[in-house]
Amino acid sequence: MHVPDGFLDAPTSVATGVLAAGTVALALRRAREELDERTAPLAGLTAAFVFAVQMMNFPVGAGTSGHLIGGTLTAVLVGPWTAVLCMTVVLLVQAVLFADGGLTALGTNVTLMALVAVGVGYGLFRLLVAVLPRTRTGLLVAAGVGAFASVPVAALAFVALFAAGGVADIPVGTVAATMGGIHVLIGLGEAAITVVVLGAVLAARPDLVHGAAHLRSADTLLRRPEVLTPRGPAQR
Amino acid sequence: MGARHGGALSARYVAGTSPVHRLAPQVKLVAVLAYALVVVATPVHAGWAPWAYAGYLLVVLAAAAVAGVRPGRLAGSLVVEIPFVVFALLLPFVTRGPRVEVLGLSLSESGLQTGGALLAKATLSVLAATVLAATTEPRELLRGLERLRLPSALVQILGFMIRYVDVVSGELHRMRVARESRAFDGRRRGALRVVGAAAGALFIRSYERGERVHLAMLSRGYTGRLPRGPVAAVPSRDWLAGLSLPLAAGAVLATGMLLG
Repeated sequence: MHVPDGFLDAPTSVATGVLAAGTVALALRRAREELDERTAPLAGLTAAFVFAVQMMNFPVGAGTSGHLIGGTLTAVLVGPWTAVLCMTVVLLVQAVLFADGGLTALGTNVTLMALVAVGVGYGLFRLLVAVLPRTRTGLLVAAGVGAFASVPVAALAFVALFAAGGVADIPVGTVAATMGGIHVLIGLGEAAITVVVLGAVLAARPDLVHGAAHLRSADTLLRRPEVLTPRGPAQR
Repeated sequence: MGARHGGALSARYVAGTSPVHRLAPQVKLVAVLAYALVVVATPVHAGWAPWAYAGYLLVVLAAAAVAGVRPGRLAGSLVVEIPFVVFALLLPFVTRGPRVEVLGLSLSESGLQTGGALLAKATLSVLAATVLAATTEPRELLRGLERLRLPSALVQILGFMIRYVDVVSGELHRMRVARESRAFDGRRRGALRVVGAAAGALFIRSYERGERVHLAMLSRGYTGRLPRGPVAAVPSRDWLAGLSLPLAAGAVLATGMLLG
């Protein structure tokens, strides 16, 4: 759902463009706190991952398959600010190299998919992580709910933008209900994919998952028992 | 995907030596952006708007002809529009205001106009962006964005993405081949778990590759910024040639405004 050129009027496009530029500027500064000077290579490779994984087809039950949008998954994996940068770069590449999403609508697309989707998904994730039991399951549920909600909320944000600065006089309620309904289904697929991918990363390299820092702090400092037992003189 | 020659990002690039290919990337970027701005600025409800769209179409088709982009490729690029075509087709049904009868359907007059205008504008912009993508290599585009003062941190991230996206999608492709050679069936229950695990492994490999790339760069003296190549000034003749696309479109728009 990349907004093409001409869907929103000039003031709305400019406003979302300014909002997107501010978000990216802030994210550039804050991502350095998440990844220090490794930002460029790590965010670049993560963006390449997001781009590749968006082309993957996941079977999501009942004979259907969907693809990942990945805002919430990326935010949980590498942190929200780096995720904003990765999504922005992917959107820029899609607009310039694939004509997917208009150049004048780039600000709108970044606002919807980097700011709103990542913000809602990751915000909900943090909120639920604080409430739910501090276990692997709790983390996966939180990420799943965040990923699910991010899709319809981004769609509704688009409807709101279209109602405010769209070029047609549409009954907002009906369109919001239709768009929301369709995107609830897409959100279910997004949630399923996010949970499975995140579960796989957690099983193999839990230390890489930015959003799981609270899970590993408890046991990383445990000492192995045999180091504590004094060795006999014979072994020296 | 990926393993194909040329790579995932150059899928739209057509090698050539046309005048459009030889233009500096920043000129082409500015030209396509300005063209899109002119197209978007066209008033939707003006009576002359359809004539203006036809004018813009001629302008962009002329640019495509100069660039040697074949019509089939241009038409193929319109596939990205499909989700929004659906949205535009719904507009005549849901827009409020006076209705007209078309083939027994009661449609909104302004909805018809707006739906048509949205389609026209989106299509024209996609055509222009396709000419850009067909005549400019990803690496060149990166250079153009750098010249246009995109923040250097963003340029670096974009550069790493462009450089490694083929490696990452190649890895994805090999995982798929391995999966399918083990009789993987996407329709079976539990298939999501298998594909999800592959995507998870892909993230770990990408991230670890990022760490290795960073260490390799450190050992070569990386200090957080990349050295820039020499900046060659673009002659004003090239700017004029590149900007003839938005200028011609602007002339169409001005004519419409004056006569309409």
